[in-house]
Amino acid sequence: MLKIENLHVDVDGTPILKGIDLEVRAGEVHAIMGPNGSGKSTLANVLTGRDGYEVTQGKISYRDRDLFALSTEERAREGIFLAFQYPVEIPGVSNLYLLKAALNSKRKHLGLGELSAVEFLKLIKEKVKLVQMKEEFLHRSVNQGFSGGEKKRNEILQLAVLEPLLAILDETDSGLDIDALKIVAHGVNSLRDAERAIIVVTHYQRLLDYIVPDYVHVLANGRVVKSGDKELALELEKHGYTQLVQSSGEGAARSAGA
Amino acid sequence: MTDPVRQSYVDSHRSVAQRLPGSAQPWLRRVREAGLSRFNNVGFPTLRDEDWKYTDVRVIAKQPFLPVLDPGDGVDGERLRPLSFAGLESHRCVFVNGHYAPHLSALGTLADGIVVDNLATVLNQQPRELEGELGRSAPGELHGFAALNTAYLMDGAYVRLGRNCELELPIELIYVSTGTDDNRRVTYPRNLIIAESGSRAVIVERFVGLGQNRYLTSAITEVIAGPSAHIDYYKLQEESQRAYHVHGLYLEQARDSAVTTNNIALGAAIARTDIQVSLAAPGTCSKLNGLYIGTGKQHIDNHTQVDHRSPHCISDEFYKGVLDGRARAVFHGRVVVHQDAQHTDAQQQNKNLLLSPNAEVDTKPQLEIYADDVKCSHGATVGQLDPDAIFYLRSRALDESTARNLLTYAFANDVINRFALDPIRRAMEGRLVSKLLHGQQLEDLA
Ligand SMILES: Nc1ncnc2c1ncn2[C@@H]1O[C@H](COP(=O)(O)OP(=O)(O)OP(=O)(O)O)[C@@H](O)[C@H]1O
Ligand SMILES: [Mg+2]
Repeated sequence: MLKIENLHVDVDGTPILKGIDLEVRAGEVHAIMGPNGSGKSTLANVLTGRDGYEVTQGKISYRDRDLFALSTEERAREGIFLAFQYPVEIPGVSNLYLLKAALNSKRKHLGLGELSAVEFLKLIKEKVKLVQMKEEFLHRSVNQGFSGGEKKRNEILQLAVLEPLLAILDETDSGLDIDALKIVAHGVNSLRDAERAIIVVTHYQRLLDYIVPDYVHVLANGRVVKSGDKELALELEKHGYTQLVQSSGEGAARSAGA
Repeated sequence: MTDPVRQSYVDSHRSVAQRLPGSAQPWLRRVREAGLSRFNNVGFPTLRDEDWKYTDVRVIAKQPFLPVLDPGDGVDGERLRPLSFAGLESHRCVFVNGHYAPHLSALGTLADGIVVDNLATVLNQQPRELEGELGRSAPGELHGFAALNTAYLMDGAYVRLGRNCELELPIELIYVSTGTDDNRRVTYPRNLIIAESGSRAVIVERFVGLGQNRYLTSAITEVIAGPSAHIDYYKLQEESQRAYHVHGLYLEQARDSAVTTNNIALGAAIARTDIQVSLAAPGTCSKLNGLYIGTGKQHIDNHTQVDHRSPHCISDEFYKGVLDGRARAVFHGRVVVHQDAQHTDAQQQNKNLLLSPNAEVDTKPQLEIYADDVKCSHGATVGQLDPDAIFYLRSRALDESTARNLLTYAFANDVINRFALDPIRRAMEGRLVSKLLHGQQLEDLA
């Protein structure tokens, strides 16, 4: 579904991603972990086509197409969804409006008709229940005045409504209490099937108890320094990143010296 | 040596003075003469005037505009039909090129104690009724345009709401201007609205241009709100693209009165509105909502001044502007809390959205407080659409232009939602779509 090869990305002329290789197949869940500033959100932003990230080398294919040929909105319509680490507040646009506009835009692209008001409301009510949100949140401006946890849950509501093929969750667990974490995990897991893939960016093993990954990757200094299965996350929880990061630093020094 | 344009306004006044309505009345002659001599002294404002330093009216001042003495014809019901707001039933008073047009008006039935008439008729037939009232709430030192309006005042609306009278339907005053092909006409609409104690009404004042002629509208609206009167006032300015529009709205509020002014500016090449509110008795509440949308090379200037002269008064001002192209806007909001005005609650906000790098706004919120026990705040912002919000919406499958339109719409909708009159709100949404969103209809955001 997603194949990233030798991806190098600069931000403001500074290399941030320095040769990432990652393959995600349909049906899989990948967790990406790694220290602050290692490039996890950068990778997520590149996948969604945000401005300001210059790809200097490498390629990404998504469902056998060149991802870079697609605009942000085309990627969304083709099934890519990013749950943001820092969801944006949009005063004056209600949650309900955004959900409807987003869903219909996607359906239109896929050649499906727009949902009627009744069908839409039925769907939304179902999804709101799934993420255990109060319905009044639908009528509030997108994320405006939401608590940190409410914003994250709102991202999962959007995810549940848009049913993406490739969902990327960027630290959706940060700032969630244990109950909210379970709800979010439940929302994500209910999407899990053989057609879809999920990338979970997190700092905490705890989330991975609920969304159990097939693979875990450690990103440090803009590179994947280690990949493994879910045991790797447990190991990291115990020993931290220090050892891994150091060895990657050495690697970088060596290649620079060569 | 006086300048020849100024002189020509004075000269032409001499030749028309006898033909102005109520010209036989000494008191009215004095009012007009005072206006004329004021104009003769100050002329048109220049960039050196503190209150006009961002609004250059030299193009207006360089050649004399001539008063329209007859309404002229050419405007019939057919041409007015598209101007109606869907769903708005009203007591309608139409003026064409500054003169009352009875065949286009529909006053309907008015309850006892309520007068809606045109000023020229009243000045000719019962001039006494207006003595001491006309000009009462206007400031002592009129600027040149307002002085000219007073010198030439010819026609406009006269509304009187008797004690405890309530109007169910809004009064709609429509000033239609066509100009003439010489592009040199000026009209001087003048309104006097007196709401006696306990009365209630909604008043919608509209300035509409038909055609492409250049013309000048120099208008004054005086509103005197008596004790406990409630007035909801709307101004919707949609002059033609080449027109010049200058309007003073002078508002005097008595004890416990509540007035909301909703000031919407969409049209004209140069538009200037002055709103002056005097809160002269305790317990008054004044809300000032404003929305201005400039495109092309429009210049839109709004000056508001709220004088808190008495304790326990509330003012709440909220103005928003959206500017595209090379449009330029000025917002100058002055709130003065005088020494005796303890327990004043005065809020003021001005927010601007620039959609183009060439659009510009000068905003000057100004708060002067001479009392010590008050609750006041003010603020102004100028910004562009939030790129993070655009990206967020695009990441949710909305295309870029829809994202931009949606955010623009949401910005303006914030003040449109304050307009209590439903048909106006809906009409404004339509205007927004056609003026800013390149015709893209968006569904209800709620
Ligand atoms: N717009 C930018 N300008 C300059 N540097 C940037 C910009 N965006 C990201 N960076 C830098 O890129 C590096 C990677 O940032 P990124 O947000 O991808 O880290 P992260 O792995 O998501 O960290 P965290 O765990 O704290 O969320 C950081 O050093 C950050 O400062
Ligand atoms: Mg991050």
